[in-house]
Amino acid sequence: MSQLDELYREVILDHYRNPRKRGSLKGPHVHAEGNNPSCGDEFALDVAVEDGLIIDAAMQGQGCSISQASGSMMMDAIVGKSIDEARDLTHKFKVMMTIVDGDSPVDPERPGAVLGDLEALQGVRRFPVRIKCADLAWTTLSEALDRATDGDR
Amino acid sequence: MSDLRSLRADFPILSREVNGHKLVYLDSAATTQKPVSVLDAMDRYYRNSNANVHRGAHTLSNEATEMYEGARVKVASFIGAQAAQTVFTRGTTTAINHIAYGWGLDHLGEGDRILVTIAEHHANLVPWQIIARHTGAELVYLELTDDYTVDTSDLEAVLDERVKVVAFSGMSNVTGALGPIDVLGKAARSVGALIVLDAAQLVPHSPVDVTEVDVDFMAFSAHKMLGPTGIGALWGKAERLEEMEPTEGGGEMINMVERQTSTWAPVPHKFEAGTPPIAEAVGFAAAVDYLTAVGMENIALHEQELTTYALERLSEIPDLKVYGPKDVTHRGGTVSFELADIHPHDIATILDQDGIAVRAGHHCARPLMKYLDVPATARASFYLYNVPEEVDLLVDSLMNARRIFGIA
Repeated sequence: MSQLDELYREVILDHYRNPRKRGSLKGPHVHAEGNNPSCGDEFALDVAVEDGLIIDAAMQGQGCSISQASGSMMMDAIVGKSIDEARDLTHKFKVMMTIVDGDSPVDPERPGAVLGDLEALQGVRRFPVRIKCADLAWTTLSEALDRATDGDR
Repeated sequence: MSDLRSLRADFPILSREVNGHKLVYLDSAATTQKPVSVLDAMDRYYRNSNANVHRGAHTLSNEATEMYEGARVKVASFIGAQAAQTVFTRGTTTAINHIAYGWGLDHLGEGDRILVTIAEHHANLVPWQIIARHTGAELVYLELTDDYTVDTSDLEAVLDERVKVVAFSGMSNVTGALGPIDVLGKAARSVGALIVLDAAQLVPHSPVDVTEVDVDFMAFSAHKMLGPTGIGALWGKAERLEEMEPTEGGGEMINMVERQTSTWAPVPHKFEAGTPPIAEAVGFAAAVDYLTAVGMENIALHEQELTTYALERLSEIPDLKVYGPKDVTHRGGTVSFELADIHPHDIATILDQDGIAVRAGHHCARPLMKYLDVPATARASFYLYNVPEEVDLLVDSLMNARRIFGIA
């Protein structure tokens, strides 16, 4: 597979074209927004938290396939998880993207074992300038979760 | 097609490889590549003549001063101007900030209007927004026609004595559309407004003579015309430069300094506080020499032919939309486009794998992106060193982008 085909895997293009949980939440939720001013990617999300559990989430925004697919996959991955689990997942994702140091959560022998679909985004690592695209949703999530635990609704 | 391809040998970077392919540099609207003569001139300055200017009586200082002031004469004459009215700045952005702060703060007030176009670069918007906030003035926008040129048909509706500044670009860095210099100039004169021309994309690509265009101020950058980064020029009518206050104080820009007050050096040094970018000025002059030797008419013709070819070839790609004038006499060689549902960043990444450099993003023109209702565009921009084969490579790579995104 060429580096480009590796980057634009089918699952990524599917999430780009059919983003999961696009829209806004009606009930109580926290909201956070992020953007990459240099390239114009915009991402926003609503997260509904009850008793430390993420019971629902919705995303808004616009941007490249990587930023939108990363956000869409993140939506799939976080709903039903506790805030701590979502933070742990965020950390693992950032380790995978080599945004933060740590042992790679991706076992090369068993792809898909830890991060599921998200591992399809590994191809982004070969394109350093695009890592910030993949990261945008997760940075925005961190902000939302901080807000949720600050009781700032 | 006019053939400037022998010039390519003067640009060392054009022979390098990117991702296993020969570099195809289509991002000259962002910054241009530099010929050997510019690199050598700057190198020679540092090796042989480096010293501070306008101070000390030693030989090197005299040489450096002569080179710096000689550069001013060359850059000025390139636009038909006098050196005394040509200020070296950090670039176009700094030049427009000089005007906005140095002229705008004193001459604008509550209810005054600054007329701009929706196609402006942030460099010709944000300084005015800041000054508007300080003075109570407001920005008023002209929009675009269906062909992406500035729509001057309802100019009468916005034009009255409240308009104190008319600021617009000579060529859009997004659509490539040429600015209506004559129409807006006449309109501005009819209400006594100041005319500011952002010529960052105009001066590098076509002959410009300030004695033939009626503007008060004109700004441009060296790095967009084969010169180094960190230097540009602000040209102004003598009386306008006189009435403009300096926005930076320091060495070099003063006449006499007392404990409480100072008086200013004459124009242009009044606006050049601190040690100036001397090597950059030398490089700027070498760039102007290079462009003059090729001939600005030849460059303009070459770009027009290349743009004609590019628009023709791009029209063969299904689902590709160009955001810019179709008529090449209304535009320069900057071509913004979108391709199906492939985001511009993705296009840029895919092209980069083929060694092709284009820009993707909002091009420092977010209000225009909002107006066009696009999140971003991809942009290919041409200069004297580009050749038709590079357009062909661009088209091939865009077809590959369609394949990767599964578009039949």
